[in-house]
Amino acid sequence: MSVIYILLAISIIVAIGFFIAFVLAVRSGQYDDSYTPSVRMLFEDELVKDKPQKTVLTKKTNN
Amino acid sequence: MEHTSCFHCGLDATKSKIIFDNKSFCCKGCKTVYEIFSANNLTCYYDLQEAPGATPKEIEGKYNFLDNDKIVDSLLEFNNDNTQIVTLYIPHIHCSSCIWILENLYKLNPGISSSIVNFGKKNVRITYNGNLITLKNLVKLLSKIGYEPFISLDDYTVGKKNIDRSLIYKLGVAGFAFGNIMFLSFPEYFQVNGFWIEKYAPLFRWLMFSFSLPVIFYCAQDYFISAYKGLKSGILNIDVPIALGASVLFIRSTAEIIFNLGTGFFDSLSGLIFFLLVGKFFQQKTYSYLSFERDYKSYFPIGITKINSDGQEESIQVYDIKKGDRLLIRNEELIPVDCILIRGKAQIDYSFVTGESVAVSKQSGDKLFAGGKQLRGSIEVDVLKTVEQSYLTQLWSNDVFNKDKEEGFTNITNAISKRFTIILLSIALVATGYWLYADSSKALNVFTAVLIIACPCAIALAAPFTFGNLLRIFGKQKLYAKNALVIEQLATINTIIFDKTGTITANKETVISYDGKKLSTSEERLLKSTLRNSNHPLSRSLYELLQDNNIVTLDDYKEYTGHGIEAKKDDNRIKIGSANYVGLSAENATLNTSVHVSTNNNYKGKFTFYNKYRAGISELFNQLKKDYDLAVISGDNAGEQENLTKLLPAKTKLIFNQKPEDKLEYIKHHQGSGAKVLMIGDGLNDAGALAQSNVGIAISENVNVFSPACDAILDASKFNKLFQFIKASKSAIRIIRWSFVLSIIYNTIGLYFAVTGQLAPVIAAILMPLSSISIVVFTTIATNIEGKKLK
Repeated sequence: MSVIYILLAISIIVAIGFFIAFVLAVRSGQYDDSYTPSVRMLFEDELVKDKPQKTVLTKKTNN
Repeated sequence: MEHTSCFHCGLDATKSKIIFDNKSFCCKGCKTVYEIFSANNLTCYYDLQEAPGATPKEIEGKYNFLDNDKIVDSLLEFNNDNTQIVTLYIPHIHCSSCIWILENLYKLNPGISSSIVNFGKKNVRITYNGNLITLKNLVKLLSKIGYEPFISLDDYTVGKKNIDRSLIYKLGVAGFAFGNIMFLSFPEYFQVNGFWIEKYAPLFRWLMFSFSLPVIFYCAQDYFISAYKGLKSGILNIDVPIALGASVLFIRSTAEIIFNLGTGFFDSLSGLIFFLLVGKFFQQKTYSYLSFERDYKSYFPIGITKINSDGQEESIQVYDIKKGDRLLIRNEELIPVDCILIRGKAQIDYSFVTGESVAVSKQSGDKLFAGGKQLRGSIEVDVLKTVEQSYLTQLWSNDVFNKDKEEGFTNITNAISKRFTIILLSIALVATGYWLYADSSKALNVFTAVLIIACPCAIALAAPFTFGNLLRIFGKQKLYAKNALVIEQLATINTIIFDKTGTITANKETVISYDGKKLSTSEERLLKSTLRNSNHPLSRSLYELLQDNNIVTLDDYKEYTGHGIEAKKDDNRIKIGSANYVGLSAENATLNTSVHVSTNNNYKGKFTFYNKYRAGISELFNQLKKDYDLAVISGDNAGEQENLTKLLPAKTKLIFNQKPEDKLEYIKHHQGSGAKVLMIGDGLNDAGALAQSNVGIAISENVNVFSPACDAILDASKFNKLFQFIKASKSAIRIIRWSFVLSIIYNTIGLYFAVTGQLAPVIAAILMPLSSISIVVFTTIATNIEGKKLK
C-alpha cells in the first residue's frame, strides 16, 4: 500500500480530532463569554500571594 | 485640609473623618464593607483596582418578597435538596476587582459553593446550599458588600434561556472543511499532468466531495431557507443568487468528479460559505450587557408587600395584586400599579416614566400612577387597577410592540440584488444561447460557469463588514446600536422628533432665576436656614443653589403641606411657598414652577425653576434643520414654550401636553405621509413612540441603568454629536455603494472567463477569495476613516 494512504488517514484523523475538540469547547460554553476568562486567569497568582498575608492579618487583629 | 477620597468607593472623604486601618472612608457603609473584606482576608479586592466599590444602600425589608417560595422558585435555575443555582444581574459589575470579589463569595459564607461572573452580561451565577443560606440572605449579603442585584418582574416570566450557538458551529465546520479541501486541491492545481496525479486524483476528489457535504447541507442551509422564503414572497433577495451559485457549484463539481471531467470547485464552494459566515458573525456582535427589548417588566419589582385585613404583612407576587388590595410601599420602592395614597407622605420620583427628575409630593387621597418611585419613608396605598391595566402599562398592549421593524424595509443589499440577479440570469442565458449555436458541447459548461463566478459573495459581504465595523466605532463613541440595520435606517430618515424632559433637558440640573426685590444678607441667611429644614424637592434644589451663608438656628419653624413653610429668627419672619400662601394675588400666574418669598409680610419676589437644556442643543438643531424636519414633543405643559422658541430654529414644531399614546399616534400620522422618523426619547412614556418610529434612540445618563425598549442607546454626554452620527451612517451607505462597484469589477473579470468557456477551477479559487478579502479590507479602512471624523 502506498504511503500516501497512511499519511492521508493520519492527517484526516488529526484534523477530525481538532474538530471534535472545537465542538466540545463550544458545547461547554467557552464561546459564550469571551471576556471574563481573560481577567480570571490573572487572579490565580493573587490568591497564592494572599495566603501568607492571611496569617499576618489575623495576628494583627488578634493583638 | 488635604483632599482625601474614600478607599472603598472613591468618593470625597475629606469631610467625613472616618478613618479605619489608616484608610479614610466617605461613610460608615463603605467602612463596613472594608471591615467585612479585611476580616475575611479579601483585601486583595483593593489591589486590583483603585476604589472599586459601591456604597451599600439601606435595604431594610426590600427583599421580603424572597420569603415567598413561589417567587424564589421562579428565580432559581436549578433546585434540588441542597443545591440551588441562581443567576443574578448586578449592575455595579465594572472592573476586575468586581469579578474577583464575586468569585470569592464562598469565603464570606459557607453556604455558597461557587460563583461565576459573566462580565459582558454583568451577571453572576451562584451555586449555593439552600439549607445553609436562603436566597434572601444571599441577596442581602451581596447588597451588604455593595453588589446589590437587580431583580425585576422580567426575571419572573423569562424561562431558562437556551443560548443559540449554531452560527459558531457552522463557522467552525465551514472553516474546517475549507482548510482541508484547500490542501487536497493543491496537488492538482500545481501538477497538471503526470502519473502521480492520474493515480491519486479520484481519491483526493472524493475526499473533497465528502468534506463539502456538511458545508452545503449544514453550513449553507440558512441561505437556502432565506432564498426560498424570498422567492415565495416574490422578492429576489441577495440569498437567491448565493443559493443558486452554491447549488450550481456543488452539482457541477459532483458531476465533474463522477464523470472524471475535472477536479470540481469544492474549494471555492467551501470558501464562499466560510467567508459569508464570517461576515454574518462579524455583524452579529452586539452589546450583551445592554438590553434593547426592555418593557416595564424590566423595572417593576417582582414582589410587593400586601397588608391583609388583619394588619398582617404578606409578600405577594405583583401579578397577584387585585383591585382594592392595601399595599405597603417602602422607601426606594417602585409603585407597580395605579393606586390611591392612604397613609404616609409620598415623594414620588417619576423619572422612569417621564424623565422628569424633580420628585412630586402627594398627599393622602391623591392618585399615584404605576412606575413612580417612593423616595421618603413608607406609604400605604389602595390599589385601583391591576398591573396590566395601569395607565403606563396599558401602552404595551398597543400592536406596535409586536411589530418587527425589519419587515417592510428593503436593505441596500437586497435592493441591488434584484437587478443583479436579473442581469446575471440574462447573461447566463445569452451566453448559453451563443454557445449552443457555436459549440453545443460547451453550452452547459458556460451556463454553470457564469452562475458560479458571478455568485455575489463580495456584494453580500460589503454590508455586514461596513455596518459591523461602524457599529463598533459607534459603540466606542457611546452610541450603542441594536444591530446593523439600525445604522442603515438611520441614514434614510428625514424627520427627527425629540422628547423634551430628560432628552433635550439635562436630568439632574435645573436653572433657577430670581425675580423681585433684592434680599439683604440677613434675609438670605434666614432663607437658606429655613430651606434647610424642608424636605420638599423644590426647597432642596433651591437650598443647593444658594451660596453658603452661615446657617442660623431658627426660633420657630412650621411647614404647611401643599402651601409653604414659615420660620422666625429674632424679629424676622419669612414665608416661602406658593403665591397665595405668601400673600400675593395670583394675577400673573405662570405655567412655570416658582417659589415665592416674603419677609415680615412684605412680598419680596419669586424663584422660578427652568429646565436646563443640554449643552450644544442650539448648535445641534441648527446643524440638523437644513436636512430634516424637526419637532419637540412633550408630555409637560407649555411653560417652556417661550424658552424653547428662543433656543431652537424657527421652524421647529413644538407640541405640548402629549400623552404616551399621543406621541405614538403623532409619529404614525407622519409616517403615513411618507416621513421616515427618528425618535429620540428617554422615559418609559416614550416607549410607544420609540417603537413606532423608524429608528428610536434612547438617551441615557447611565447606559447600564435605564432605557426603554429602543433601537439604539445614546450616552447623554454625546447628545450633541447626533448630527455626526447620522452623517457617518450616510457615509456607510456610500462606502457600500463603492464596494458594489468594486465587486462588480471582479465579477466582470470572472464573467469574461466564464462566457468564453475557459473557467478553470483554479481561476475561481483565486478570484473568489481575492474579491472577498479586498472588499473586507476596503470597507474596514473606509469605515475607520469615517470613524476618525467622529472624534
